[in-house]
Amino acid sequence: MDQTIKVEQVNKSFGKKPVLSDVNLTIPKGQLFGLIGPSGAGKTTLVKMIVGMEKSDTGSIHVLGEKMPNLSLLQEIGYMAQSDALYVELTGEENLKFFASLYKLSKGEQKKRIAYVANLVNLTDDLKKRVAAYSGGMKRRLSLAIALIQDPQILILDEPTVGIDPELKLSIWKEFLRLKNEEEKTIIVTTHVMDEAVKCDYVAMVRDGRILTSGTPSELKALYKTDDFDEVFLKAGVKQS
Amino acid sequence: MRMTALIKRICQQMLRDKRTLALMFVAPLLILTLMYFLFNGNSVTPKLGVVGGDSSLVNAFKDAEIKVKEYEKVTKNTVVDDDLNGLLQLENGQMKLTLQNDDPSSAKGLQAKVNQTVSALAQSKLIQHNPALAGMIPKKIETNYIYGNKDTVFFDVLSPILVGFFVFFFVFIISGIGLLRERTTGTLERLLSTPIRRGEIVTAYLAGYGIFALIQTVIVVFYSITVLDIVLVGSIWNVLLINLLTALVALSLGILLSTFAASEFQMMQFIPIAVIPQVFFAGIFPLEGMANWLQMIAKVFPMYYTGDALKGVMYRGAGFSDISGDLIALVIFAAIFVVLNIFSLKKYRTL
Ligand SMILES: Nc1ncnc2c1ncn2[C@@H]1O[C@H](COP(=O)(O)OP(=O)(O)OP(=O)(O)O)[C@@H](O)[C@H]1O
Ligand SMILES: [Mg+2]
Repeated sequence: MDQTIKVEQVNKSFGKKPVLSDVNLTIPKGQLFGLIGPSGAGKTTLVKMIVGMEKSDTGSIHVLGEKMPNLSLLQEIGYMAQSDALYVELTGEENLKFFASLYKLSKGEQKKRIAYVANLVNLTDDLKKRVAAYSGGMKRRLSLAIALIQDPQILILDEPTVGIDPELKLSIWKEFLRLKNEEEKTIIVTTHVMDEAVKCDYVAMVRDGRILTSGTPSELKALYKTDDFDEVFLKAGVKQS
Repeated sequence: MRMTALIKRICQQMLRDKRTLALMFVAPLLILTLMYFLFNGNSVTPKLGVVGGDSSLVNAFKDAEIKVKEYEKVTKNTVVDDDLNGLLQLENGQMKLTLQNDDPSSAKGLQAKVNQTVSALAQSKLIQHNPALAGMIPKKIETNYIYGNKDTVFFDVLSPILVGFFVFFFVFIISGIGLLRERTTGTLERLLSTPIRRGEIVTAYLAGYGIFALIQTVIVVFYSITVLDIVLVGSIWNVLLINLLTALVALSLGILLSTFAASEFQMMQFIPIAVIPQVFFAGIFPLEGMANWLQMIAKVFPMYYTGDALKGVMYRGAGFSDISGDLIALVIFAAIFVVLNIFSLKKYRTL
């Protein structure tokens, strides 16, 4: 199974407002795929559809060869929403435990995974604190830890590093690269920060619900004859209109 | 497994929220206690002004626990000026009773008492003149009660309904806001990106909040019966069963209506629409006196069945078979709401 995620001719509108039009994507296994685009472009809508939380009007989405939405496939998808969805009355550890027990994990595995992901996002010392007492960045890190908890094959992360300090951001990206290289995970990341987009294997630029252009960062730079990735994005937008 | 995780989490959240717990467990007891004292208050002795009455009449009133004030002359304003509950004027053998009527029910009570005393006095005078009549006039009417006894007060009839209503009200609010918070904070959506089924979520919610509803019901019922000494003629198990089913209906309705609310404030807006009308049809006001179409409407309110069953068991001593119709109705309500709940989650995910 080479193609992990396949999005074909997907259209979606909310009411009369078209949000995605004719989106096609193919993401092979082990790729770090970046979706970049301005606010309101439709990135969140697209990744929610891949997770199966939003229905497409037309077109189809397949993940690991199965048509989405598919309940059992959710075991293999770690999703981090754009806004932190955490139980603030509970401690960080209780949040992790709760989400861990929604997946097929043995008690021993659960413990190991909780310790591992907490360490990864640097929250080991704050696990016993209630989430209500967390800072914005800490909440973001906890959300990321929850997305990784069941050790899924696919990670879908909606703006994972917003509100995280540069040092931790760097170590989190290092971890993404390690997950991809060593564990062959397929990762989709949405962002509007270009220096993150450059680190992706493959980038798709979204604007007004359309994929303007896509390719590896170096291909795109060559295509638009620039060294600056910001400029690629601007030029792609201009070419479209 | 997933459901137990969800139930455990709901319990953890509830236990952390001391105020909500207090609202659920203490508030109904406070209100019931307050109502108990309000309705069981001793009635004040009415004050009656009398013009031109003889001493036998005045004494008869005093025996009937009416405070008497005698007047030589009265004006139009005497009743109000002296704050009398009533004024009895005797002129040329005619009696005229003026009632202040600031509180209709106590005015009626005074009127009945005055009537009774006057006619009793008249009777005894008649017997004095003509002892032969003594056997013909009944001294006193013996009164028997099928339900309750001569000490029965309105609260005894009202309290079974109140117990059911508080269970309904507090369970509705707490479960509704519980799921609403889950919606507004995005955790419900987050939950639906895990392999959990919609039915599992609804069931876990019913079970999780159901545990607290169960504890609340037991506390309210036992407090009412042991501390407040509310009449309970029938079996306490039937009372618990009725209240549990009521809690289940409230739980599923609260969760369902939270779908249509975007905030806690909007959830509160459902109280006058979905909760208050329930009281009107629960049996506090006699249903027989209502217009036909109102009686039809009453039947779509779950509290109608709760009120009927609770009044039956607690006040009249009805058994299980007498209330089974009401119980079935409540089960049907709960089942409909549960199914609608599972459907309403489709908005988020089709599976
Ligand atoms: N539930 C909804 N109902 C109606 N319109 C919606 C809904 N969700 C998103 N939209 C609209 O769809 C468009 C795309 O939204 P989306 O959240 O996918 O953007 P985005 O690319 O993730 O933006 P951002 O970078 O700000 O997160 C927006 O114009 C938004 O207004
Ligand atoms: Mg977004």
